[in-house]
Order: sequence, then structure tokens, then C-alpha cells
Amino acid sequence: MFKSRMVKVLSLMLVLILAFSVVGCGKKEEPKKDGAQGNPNELSGTVQIAGSTSVQPLSEELAKEFMNKNPKVKINVAGGGSGAGIKAAAEGTADIGASSRELKAEEKAKVKEFVIALDGIAVIVHKDNKIADLKKEDIKKIFLGEITDWSQVGGEKGKIQVYTREEGSGTRGAFEEIVLGKDASGKELKIFEKANVQNSTGAVRTAVAGDKNGIGYISIGSLNADVKAVKVDGAEATEANVKAENYKISRPFIYMTQKDPAGATKAYLEWVLSPEGQAVVKKHFIPVK
Amino acid sequence: MKKEQREKYYKLMLLASAMVALVVIVLIGGFIFKEGMPVFAKYGLGNVFWGRKWQPSSQIYGLWPMVVGTVYITLGSLVIGVPLGVLTAIFLAELAPKKLVSLVIRPAIELLAGIPSVVYGLFGMTTIVPVIRKIARSIPAYADEPTLSSGYGIIAGSIILSIMILPTVINVAEDAIRSVPREYKEGSLALGATHWQTIYRVIVPAASSGIMAGVVLGMGRAIGETMAIIMVAGNAPIVPESIFSSVRSLTGNIAIEMAYSSGEHTQALFATGIILFVFIMIINSLAMFLAKKEVG
Repeated sequence: MFKSRMVKVLSLMLVLILAFSVVGCGKKEEPKKDGAQGNPNELSGTVQIAGSTSVQPLSEELAKEFMNKNPKVKINVAGGGSGAGIKAAAEGTADIGASSRELKAEEKAKVKEFVIALDGIAVIVHKDNKIADLKKEDIKKIFLGEITDWSQVGGEKGKIQVYTREEGSGTRGAFEEIVLGKDASGKELKIFEKANVQNSTGAVRTAVAGDKNGIGYISIGSLNADVKAVKVDGAEATEANVKAENYKISRPFIYMTQKDPAGATKAYLEWVLSPEGQAVVKKHFIPVK
Repeated sequence: MKKEQREKYYKLMLLASAMVALVVIVLIGGFIFKEGMPVFAKYGLGNVFWGRKWQPSSQIYGLWPMVVGTVYITLGSLVIGVPLGVLTAIFLAELAPKKLVSLVIRPAIELLAGIPSVVYGLFGMTTIVPVIRKIARSIPAYADEPTLSSGYGIIAGSIILSIMILPTVINVAEDAIRSVPREYKEGSLALGATHWQTIYRVIVPAASSGIMAGVVLGMGRAIGETMAIIMVAGNAPIVPESIFSSVRSLTGNIAIEMAYSSGEHTQALFATGIILFVFIMIINSLAMFLAKKEVG
């Protein structure tokens, strides 16, 4: 009968599903055992990283990759900000502190620093925009909404259309930190709230590519022929100029340790600066080696 | 297996399937409320809901711009989409030749419903936004104001959404019109009324609560739409001053900022979700109420 056959098919399916899930569980256990017996000299230990939230996503990606290669190493990545990272490294509360700004002289004395990556942000405009060069100060005023017409910075008349990334984006954070900075009372300046918000690098690029009066910012690695990157204070937005410190809208990503690193921390730092680690860096930032 | 026993198993199986939906909605609702409530508790429900400034990096979480933005875009889409949808429904149910409907119009409407929202967004971003930008820049009062002359904003969002809600409005309204008893129509025609008089004096009023249910369901779809809106609305978190203004929706607020948010910022996005959840619940109960009225 049809109905009883359906019951049989259903129960067969259920049995199969159960069987597979049991097999699945069994398989998961196996590699662990192999790993434990396989290599007695394998690297092990924990590394605690804390500091800049801008470096955090990169650290997480690097840590994931490193832990895949060295299953017995555990790397914990926490945020807290560059200031907290420098403090943590100086006091030894974290194995590695992370900073996304240059260290001051007195800070340099307390820690050993390793620049692991560079971050550069290009300011982009429409391809037909006559403007080729902007002063950093003017870019700041444009993104604060103080300069509103291209003619104020030497271009053709036309209202400037500002495109920005969403709050919380690392690129926006870096741009605000480097270009806008703080006001006289020490309050961090923000991009004016009437700016158009796009939630990805590609969306900002597309928006600016389609708007004659548009201006936006994207990471240097994401530039393409659809938009024009303006020179900032005379320097072109290229990786070479970021490395040579000619291009102003850039910053280093720095790892710091209290003393000479050892054990898992040392292995991790060496790996980050190796071609393999730098290849991970290259996905979103500018490698240093 | 005995017949009664088998019967019981089937019933259990069906009950279990039905329970999944219930359990999932309770879990999702519970999760959103659990994650979002701390922000309301810390800053006050009123301050968050009525707050006019959204600046998470400075711990300012005002959702009012997004609430207003969502309402404007939704109303705009209804203004364009409902007349179009209802007239189409009347045409399909009353006037159109059967062949035309089944071969051309209905497949087209179904296709409209099947297009992914990101494609609508892309279409809007590359074709509708530039047209609106041109219009806005030709209006002297708007040309000087960047947020009003970008082309991104309420109008672009409303136009895209009005297309997206069409299938919902048309299908529900058409069903409502078709379910008007034959006798109404026959009676009206027998009294000497023309076909058009019958349609707008008898059939549409008789189907009105069903049509309203379609409108309300379309409204729910409009409020919940995310991707297409993000791509054409400009997303500036400001209370709009004009229909040309850049605007951010509640859904857009969550989708745009979730990826990189952390801590309290994430909770504030869940709080946005709570408000959205309540909006949708109100709208769905309204639709259910209207649909029930029709039957009774």
C-alpha cells in the first residue's frame, strides 16, 4: 500500500540521518588524537593580543591562520584601543600590544615595536573632476561640511557630494582619526552627519563613479579605474608613497612586546613578518616586507 | 501498524512541523529583546526612540531619524504602488481577456516577485537615482543643499519599493475582488448599471476590506525591505526635511552597521530591531483583523 510504503521510506530516511550524524561525530574526534601523538616538538602556548580596534580584525585573521598551522597554540585577540595596547605591552599584561598610530618617544622607550602592516586611504573623486590635488586641511573641511562647493578648492562650480562609510567601519575610523583629528578641546571630530552613507568600499566607489560632484574615501588597495584618486598635499596615493611616508593619509599597524619575545609569541611575530603572514596582510592592507 | 495508530503519528508529525514556526518566532523575538533591552534600560525608551541624533561612536543612540525615514519611504511607496496595484487587480479580475492574463501579465507579476532585492537596488542606483539627481539639481532651492541634490533619498526609495510591493498588493486585491459573490455583480447589472459603475460602486466597496489587507501586507513588505533601500536611500541618519532628502531606514540602520559594531553599538542595533519587530507586529495584526472582517 502507498501509505505504508511512505512510512517505510520516512523511517529509512530517519535512520540514515541518525547514522550519518553518529558517523560525523566519530570522525571529528580522530584528528585530535593524531595531533596529540604526531609531533612532540610541536609549538604550544597562549598568546594574548590587546589594543587597537583597527588592528583587531587583521590580528584575528592572522591568529586564525597561525592557529590552523599550529593547533596547540591559542591566540586571544582583544580590543581596547591603541592607548590600552601600548599600556598593556609596557606593563606586560598582554604578550603583544597593538597600536594603529605612531608611538611617541617616551612610549618607544618602554616597548619593542614591530611594524606589521601599513594602512593607506585614498581620497576619490569622479573621473571628470578637474581637481587633481587637495590639501589635507581642505579635505578635512570638506568632510566636516565647512567647504561645500568645488569652486572653493579651485574646481568647477558645483556642490560637493560627500560619500562616507558607516559608523564602526575601520576605514571610516582611520579616516576620521588621521584627517579630522581632534578639535581644540580634545574632542574627536566626526564626519558631518548629512554625508551620504554607503556600507562597503565597492558601494562608495560606485557612488562616486556615478556622481560628478562626489568625493569619498577607500583603502588604497581597492582603487580602480572607475574613480580618480586625488593627490594629498602633492603626494599621489600609492603603496610606494605610503611606505616612503610621503602620503599623509596613512598609518602603521604596530605590534609591541615588553621585552624580547620568546616561545609562541616569538614564533607568531616571526610568522606575521614572514612572506606567508604578509600575504594575509596584503588582502586588506599594505605589507611591510 | 494499525490504522488509528498511523493516524496519530501523522497528526503528531504535522503538529511538530507547525510548532517549529512558533518556536522559531519565540526564539528570535526573545533573542532580539534580550540583546536590545539594555540600551533602552540605560538611556531610556523615550530618549532612544525620540532621539534625533545617531552617533554610536560617541554613545548617542537616537532612532527618530530612522523611524521617520522608514515611515516616509513606506508611505511614499504606498502612494505610488497602491493605486497601480489596485487598478491592475481590478483589470485582471474584471476586464482582462483570460489569455492575456495567463500568458503575459501573471507571469510578469510573478517574475517581479522573484527578482532579488539587490537587483532592484542596483537598478535604482544606476538608473533612477541619476534621473532624480538631475531633477533635484534643476530646482534652485535644492541644488545648493548636498543632502537634497544627491538623487539618493526618499523618492528613489519609494519608487523602488512601490515596484517591489506590487505583486503583494495585486495578488491579495485580485483574490478579494474575485471572491465578491456573483449575485452582487449580476444584481447591479440587472438594475441597469454599466460595467464600470458596477466595478467602482459595487465590487470594489464589497472587496474593500480584502483590498485593504493587501495594502497592509504590502506595507509590511515595504517596511521590512533592506538591501534595495540601502542602495538608493543615501543612508544619512538625519530627519528628512524634504522628499528629496537622503534618509536611512530602520532595516538599513541594522544592515549597514552590524558588520563592524561591537558592545553597546551592537545592542543599539538590536534595539532598532525591537522597534522594527513591534512595527511589523502591529501591521500584521492589522492585516489579520482586516482579512477576518471580510469573511464575517
